[in-house]
Amino acid sequence: MRHTLEVLNQDTSQPCDRSQRYNPTDRKVTTQQIVMLRPGRSQRYDPTGRNATTQQVVTLRPGKPQRYDSSRNSRRIKDRLFFYLVCCCTFLTLIPLFLILWELIQKGYRQFNLGLFTQVAPTSMEAMLARISGDALPGGILNGITGTLLILFVAILAAIPLGIWVGIYLAEKGERPLARLVRNLADLLQGIPSIVTGIIVYIWVVRPMGGYSALAGSVALAVMMLPMVIRSTEESLKMLPASLKEAGLSLGGSYASVMLRVLLPSAFSGLFTGSLIAISRVMGETAPLLVTALGAAAINWDLSRPTSSVSLLIWEFYNDPNLAPLVWSSSLLLLLIILCINLSAKSIATKWKTQ
Amino acid sequence: MKDRIFRATLFLAAGLIVLLTAGIVYGLVSQSMDALTHFGPLHFITSPAWDSRSDDYGALSFIAGTLLTAVLALAFCIPFSFSASLFNGEYFRGRKIATVVGSIVDLLAGVPSIVFGLWGFYTLRPLLAGAGGQGFGILLASIVLAIMIIPYASSLSAEFIAMTPSELKEGAYSLGATRMEVVRYVSLPVAGSGILASYMLAFGRALGETMAVTMLIGNTNNLPHGLTDTGNTMASIIANQFGEAGGLKLSSLMAIGLLLFLLTATINFLSKYILKCVTLSKS
Repeated sequence: MRHTLEVLNQDTSQPCDRSQRYNPTDRKVTTQQIVMLRPGRSQRYDPTGRNATTQQVVTLRPGKPQRYDSSRNSRRIKDRLFFYLVCCCTFLTLIPLFLILWELIQKGYRQFNLGLFTQVAPTSMEAMLARISGDALPGGILNGITGTLLILFVAILAAIPLGIWVGIYLAEKGERPLARLVRNLADLLQGIPSIVTGIIVYIWVVRPMGGYSALAGSVALAVMMLPMVIRSTEESLKMLPASLKEAGLSLGGSYASVMLRVLLPSAFSGLFTGSLIAISRVMGETAPLLVTALGAAAINWDLSRPTSSVSLLIWEFYNDPNLAPLVWSSSLLLLLIILCINLSAKSIATKWKTQ
Repeated sequence: MKDRIFRATLFLAAGLIVLLTAGIVYGLVSQSMDALTHFGPLHFITSPAWDSRSDDYGALSFIAGTLLTAVLALAFCIPFSFSASLFNGEYFRGRKIATVVGSIVDLLAGVPSIVFGLWGFYTLRPLLAGAGGQGFGILLASIVLAIMIIPYASSLSAEFIAMTPSELKEGAYSLGATRMEVVRYVSLPVAGSGILASYMLAFGRALGETMAVTMLIGNTNNLPHGLTDTGNTMASIIANQFGEAGGLKLSSLMAIGLLLFLLTATINFLSKYILKCVTLSKS
């Protein structure tokens, strides 16, 4: 290609070549030369003569990539390759979930028995004795399960009603300055790292109460759930047709009863899904509980005392080599519960959308 | 009357959120004041020291660790999450396989941080340990972080890619563009800022991730010098040392928490701002 350009330049600026000097229609010779230098191509594309051919030479100036002029075949091959690459990488992203599940099942199924649900976590000493005699580890994670239930229950009780209320406010008074502020603050809350939530609750709850407690853990989880519930409430209320509210009001319903008896029930599945996802997200949280609920060896139903949770127990087992076998079964349990909640939330959401 | 009470409670609930946020910021600032005035804010940020015996604390090594792991995680996650979003938003948009892939990727977001940490510790670490050392370090932490943030990056950007107007794409096709060229020259420029925003959200996630990083990064209070070097992030130093801390150390940890809060808040607001601009120009 470079060669053809040189020929063209010589032709227009300084015709010094012998064969061109003697030719009166040198332009034609140049085009012919070009055609000869690129056999096949230019004839195929320019059946109408030299003008088009010269133009084609001009478009082929150096520096411009041959993006659209290269053969169609290579572009098609590139396209195919890109598609396969995308499929391949997408497939790779799916693998970790199954690898994790497989690892947990493979290592955890032996400890995944009734004892897991009916006994409290063993001490390091008991575990060591059992390991020396070659038995399966005694004990389970009952104190963690009850602790998770207690902490989560109180957090749900606090976060979901408040979140729904704020969500109603945002959906109704969306353009007021206060509503805009609250919406931005909810985004801000959602972005707070979980450990920072933990130390804030430590400042405001653990210190005034004089010690770690289940209540502090609930507050931390509630703060984390709140923005998710707010946003899902707002979104699902906004998706309802305005005629629904107008019909309720025109029938003489008061504003409050229309909101509570008409709009909220219609948006129920959206709220429910959003809340389920929020619950599943905070269920496995460890970092904020580490600095608020701390953990306990026995079953505890008292809100004002330190309490364990499944995730805290996993952290303890991880840090104690003697208890390591229990890590897998408790993680498996936690992961299965969370995945189940996620999947059911998803199926509710799709069912609701098709209606 | 009933209506008035109802509206008042709505207003109160919204006010409570404002109060909550104000409390969070006030709590963090007031608790970290001790450290910040003792060392001076600038010195605190730029000092790599972390010594309990001489009570000399600085945040530089943790800031460096945090940024390093998060940036690396983002770099590792981009090819995979971008492919996944193309897969769901362009190649198989609206088909059954796209929903299946999408829900599996979303399930990844549900896996608790601590389980990721365990998996990284017992499965990935031995693979990296072959190169020498125990395998702990920045590299291991950022690989696991990358897997953790894939769902956050991919699901949002898939939506933006799917929102590309089909007239534009059809125009490109009619000019003879292949699908890859349509993606490169039409979908990407149109969905670009939305994709950028979703990656920034994912980046914010990576900055604040605690448990998995704490389990994998090796927990040494020094400036990381390389990819396989151990270190600490802002979140992991808090998780590690909060329990036994008191006095100036506790206040320093709070100050690190405040810095982390400011960092993630800035990233989040930037990405939300971009998102807002994108959605405004769309409608």
